[in-house]
Amino acid sequence: MKKAFFLLIVLLPGAVYSQSAAEVVKLKQLQDHINRETSNIKVINFWATWCGPCVKEMPLFEKLGAERKDVEVTLVSLDLDLNPKPEVVHRFVERKKLKSKVLILDEKDPNSWINQIEKNWSGAIPATIIINGKTGQRKFVEKELHEGDLEKLIAEIL
Amino acid sequence: MIRSIIAAVACVLFVAASPLKGGYDVGDTVADFKLKNVTGKMVSLTDYASSKGVIVIFDCNTCPYSKAYNDRIIALNKKYASQGFPVVAIQPNDPSISPGDSFEEMVKLAEKKKYDFPYLFDETQNVAKAFGATNTPHVFLLKNDGGKFTVAYIGAIDDNSRDASAVTKKYVEEAIESLMTSKEVPATKTKAVGCTIKWKNA
Repeated sequence: MKKAFFLLIVLLPGAVYSQSAAEVVKLKQLQDHINRETSNIKVINFWATWCGPCVKEMPLFEKLGAERKDVEVTLVSLDLDLNPKPEVVHRFVERKKLKSKVLILDEKDPNSWINQIEKNWSGAIPATIIINGKTGQRKFVEKELHEGDLEKLIAEIL
Repeated sequence: MIRSIIAAVACVLFVAASPLKGGYDVGDTVADFKLKNVTGKMVSLTDYASSKGVIVIFDCNTCPYSKAYNDRIIALNKKYASQGFPVVAIQPNDPSISPGDSFEEMVKLAEKKKYDFPYLFDETQNVAKAFGATNTPHVFLLKNDGGKFTVAYIGAIDDNSRDASAVTKKYVEEAIESLMTSKEVPATKTKAVGCTIKWKNA
């Protein structure tokens, strides 16, 4: 009994965390998240589980978030645009043991919401927005990133 | 001083006016191209001199969005080729990055899906660059303006990738219907989520 209680204490926070780790959001919530106030650098990456280059570059975001206390990484999954089941993303997050904050966008009519997130974005992924929380300065890239690219982009808006 | 202000303003205007990726905008005249079809024959835009227009679609074998739209692309050609707007599909991905998009795989897909329109291989990626294609599938609807092709519409096929039965706006069809009835195209540019074109490593 004691052991079971101990296990519950140990496992429960983990279970709760992985549930809240990939929250399904609407455009408004995503915009509020992108525009939130912080003195840190905000890095927002748009991806999907089916997107090869997105999955390939993901460790760079994970590493950046783990290494730099002044950077807040968000991985925004667009999986629901093609597949209505968020479980696919939840399973992916668990399997890859992602530490970054993951949001799953649930919206219809991409033509209307893509421009509201970023005017220069075609809608293709991977795509990444980097924002200096202090100055509001912003960078947008629509391509797969490689080792060192994120650090360079961040340095450009510091 | 005034000169530097003018220079600064000109600079800002230039930056604002230049599109991020280059390529064609709506209204631009399209340069001819010649690419190898899955049949082995070369196909060029001038082959379509007698049609009212061409539905150019940058597409590929591997992208989940291309797969989701595959039957809708086939249906577009079935519906509009006979009305003067045939589909010409172009595969721009570099097979060394995306092996499933090799010419051999393109031939297989075209045979399996019984494509009755060209499926061309843009091996140098020069055509995709000239058009300013960014993702797959990416449509450029061209209209024949007395012998030269101009861009009438750029973007998505419709507004619902996930579910063809839940589509509310058929962008490409609406654009073609407008061209055929000499009306203004309601939406000349749209966006959709898609796979980035797999460009050769620079």
